[in-house]
Amino acid sequence: MAGFVVSLATTLVGLLVVTFVIGRVMPIDPVLAIVGERATTAQYQAARAALGLDQPLWTQFAIYVKDAVTGDFGRSILTGQPVVDDIRRVFPATLELATIATLIGVALGIPAGVLAATRPGRLADQLVRIFGLVGYSMPVFWLGLMALLVFYGKLQWVGGPGRLDTSYEFVLELDVPRVTGSVLIDATLAGAWDVLLNALTHIVLPATVLGYFSMAYISRMTRSFMLEQLGQDYVTTARVKGMPERRVVWVHALRNVAVPLITVVALSYATLLEGSVLTETVFAWPGLGLYITNALFAADLAAVMGGTIAVGATFILLNLVSDVLYRLVDPRART
Amino acid sequence: MSLLEVEDLRVGFRTETGIVEAVRGLSFRLGRERLAIVGESGSGKSMTGRAILRLVPRPGFVTARRLAFDGIDLSTLSERRMRALRGRRMAMVMQDPKYSLNPVMRIGAQLTEGLRLRDRLGRAEARRRAIAMLEAVQIRDPERVLHAYPHELSGGMGQRVMIAMMLIPDPDLLIADEPTSALDATVQAEVLGILDRLVRERGLGLVFISHDLQLVSRFCDRVLVMYRGRVMEELAAADLHAARHPYTRGLLNCLPRIGGPRGALPTLDRDAAWAG
Amino acid sequence: MSATRAWLLDPSPASRRQARLGQLYRSWLRLAGNPLTLVGLGIVVLLVLMAAAAPLVATHDPIAQALADRLQPPFSPGHWLGTDEFGRDIWSRLVYGARITLWIVLLVAVTAPVFGLVVGTVAGYYGGWVDRILMRLTDIFLAFPRLILALAFVAVLGAGIGNAVLAIAITAWPPYARVARAETLTVRNSDYIAAVRLLGAGGGRILLRHIAPMCIPSVVIRVTLDMAGIILTAAGLGFLGLGAQPPLPEWGLMVASGRKFLFDQWWVATMPGLAIFIVSLGFNLLGDGLRDVLDPRSPS
Repeated sequence: MAGFVVSLATTLVGLLVVTFVIGRVMPIDPVLAIVGERATTAQYQAARAALGLDQPLWTQFAIYVKDAVTGDFGRSILTGQPVVDDIRRVFPATLELATIATLIGVALGIPAGVLAATRPGRLADQLVRIFGLVGYSMPVFWLGLMALLVFYGKLQWVGGPGRLDTSYEFVLELDVPRVTGSVLIDATLAGAWDVLLNALTHIVLPATVLGYFSMAYISRMTRSFMLEQLGQDYVTTARVKGMPERRVVWVHALRNVAVPLITVVALSYATLLEGSVLTETVFAWPGLGLYITNALFAADLAAVMGGTIAVGATFILLNLVSDVLYRLVDPRART
Repeated sequence: MSLLEVEDLRVGFRTETGIVEAVRGLSFRLGRERLAIVGESGSGKSMTGRAILRLVPRPGFVTARRLAFDGIDLSTLSERRMRALRGRRMAMVMQDPKYSLNPVMRIGAQLTEGLRLRDRLGRAEARRRAIAMLEAVQIRDPERVLHAYPHELSGGMGQRVMIAMMLIPDPDLLIADEPTSALDATVQAEVLGILDRLVRERGLGLVFISHDLQLVSRFCDRVLVMYRGRVMEELAAADLHAARHPYTRGLLNCLPRIGGPRGALPTLDRDAAWAG
Repeated sequence: MSATRAWLLDPSPASRRQARLGQLYRSWLRLAGNPLTLVGLGIVVLLVLMAAAAPLVATHDPIAQALADRLQPPFSPGHWLGTDEFGRDIWSRLVYGARITLWIVLLVAVTAPVFGLVVGTVAGYYGGWVDRILMRLTDIFLAFPRLILALAFVAVLGAGIGNAVLAIAITAWPPYARVARAETLTVRNSDYIAAVRLLGAGGGRILLRHIAPMCIPSVVIRVTLDMAGIILTAAGLGFLGLGAQPPLPEWGLMVASGRKFLFDQWWVATMPGLAIFIVSLGFNLLGDGLRDVLDPRSPS
């Protein structure tokens, strides 16, 4: 466990090193971006000193680490706000979407994988395999566009891009106090059912699209873990005891599958988070991914790096959570 | 009537290069006695055990002219009735408790699962029966073992738990598939002793699958010697030293003896005609 | 024919050549026995042919604009997949785009595994602190959000195909390093390496001539499985405008430009996306089948 914490810490430091290096190599002059083209040399030097850029490189890095740890990523050029505040504002939208998508992926992917593993080579297995491979091969941004085209453009079954209809955005601002930042949760807490309903019509499409990717991955891994477990002796033991096949598969084998599956679900969640740079662009979803992409095009360095560190830190956190869960589920890992 | 009747049992596997038969026309009868099936690895002895329980994994398949347990024809029995038979009247102990016990379930849950689900016993009653059974296999601290996970037990303890688990429903037939090969030599004797006593006391029919002729001759009434899926010879354990078949003789000669000649052990002579 | 077949499938080959060819033939039979794998192979072969013969297959210049013909629907005369907002023939752009896709895949498939191989074999062979440092570095890169890191790199280096390739390669090497290290550890202490060392070979020579070749098969399997991922990442960068730049007919970029007309001229975004999907499906099917044949231990 101690080794694990050390490796997390080094990963975090590594993340900071890489973003720091990227930041210094960037061919955009951060001083110029602040003072403007027409600043005098004295003004320029003053701004440069204020940013600490006249210090030796390792001092700069020390300051950078200190700032990052205390949550100071500087000010975004695009929004004029501190980057931390921006991230705090947009991140819940990303988490909301990724969480629901992962829930869909788990709820459908695990049963599908189990079903395929118990009927190897049969129709159900082939279907799950093809479904999974298609998911592996689908460009997420394109599937999102196609879903918008069909279910929003043609059929009009769902709300379009964004988290809410524009009119409800105002209702949200005025009537729904911001507690968690998740529209679904905040609207429920405030009892604003019309807002909740509208938000649901908007989230259902991106969540389903992302859920499909999550499901493709989870079902495939579940299938292969399950096949491995079903060949184990303890499964035969359960059958010898006269346990019905349903129990053998869903209790005896699945509990063992759950152990490696934790890592898979965490990985799938992480993939959704980083994929947010693509999906949020497609669905105009005001989350971290869209924030990073927009910052990128505005050469808003502080915002890009802050966003990258936020995603990286979440990855590290996910690792930690999955390690803890692992210990909870597998008695062998507890000692 | 015999407890178990097996006639012309065949177990085959479909592979890329055609059908491979692991068991080829095996026949025997078993009463309330202790029968040993002996052979090298790959002789089909384990598959025989699984075929009797109808637990041959895919892509394997089983055929037999007759496969009957206590007069019930197993080859035509529905899966549901087969399951009931397996739970209550037929049991199997496998080689290594490290693999045959579910690693993420507590021993207690695994022991009482059958009683609770199949026999619909209450929690307390199931627990009482489990503890009694653990005491019967000479586990001194049954309460602690009930709470343990398999990896917290030693091999010998694990195998005793496994025996207890299989004998809880008081079955008529026990198949023991190399039940002591994964254990240390000292623990082996102990576990065998417990198994022997329980089998005698309860009057079980036992099919003891092993590669160890010596062990088997002490422990069983009759011996079937298998090679490449066929029976080479069947004889009473007491007459083992008088075995006539060259393969059996070969197996016997491969065993080192204390005080015997110290030269190289003879290698096993496998006549292609036996496999035919 | 059947004599050759019998010779190839002979269970007791008379020579090493016969054994090796027989092994290959059996692998091929298993590969060909799976229709999905054959479909994948077919798609990949078609892609390569299409890219090679692009000038013959394309009906129009992929870049020349013809504003009079803009946004023609599919199956209009002369443009069976329709035209985009500058009147360029979508089919011809897809055909030339295949070249870009293959180019990116090839570049990444050549650079990242080689770098991973170097890191992995060095770490595995020398062990000790070299191993610890290199593997910690690998772990750090593995724990990173790859796509976002690639974005950050492109942001620094500037948008463009070359930089996109570089960014993907920089983020794609760690798994190869892991694989190569694992293989190296298994052969490092074998007798033949000791023999070479006794003959006086230096570390570099042992690594290059005796260890790296042992790691190549498992690395190649991984590369095949990663091809689709590379295509999707490259297309994603293109879609965000950080990969290939207009007017290049890169498929991801084409989807992005079709976004503006999604609800009225659906084909502009649909066709290139479909191309990305089919090609990466082809690589996935092929990789899947190859792995089943070459590496039977791994779960399918």
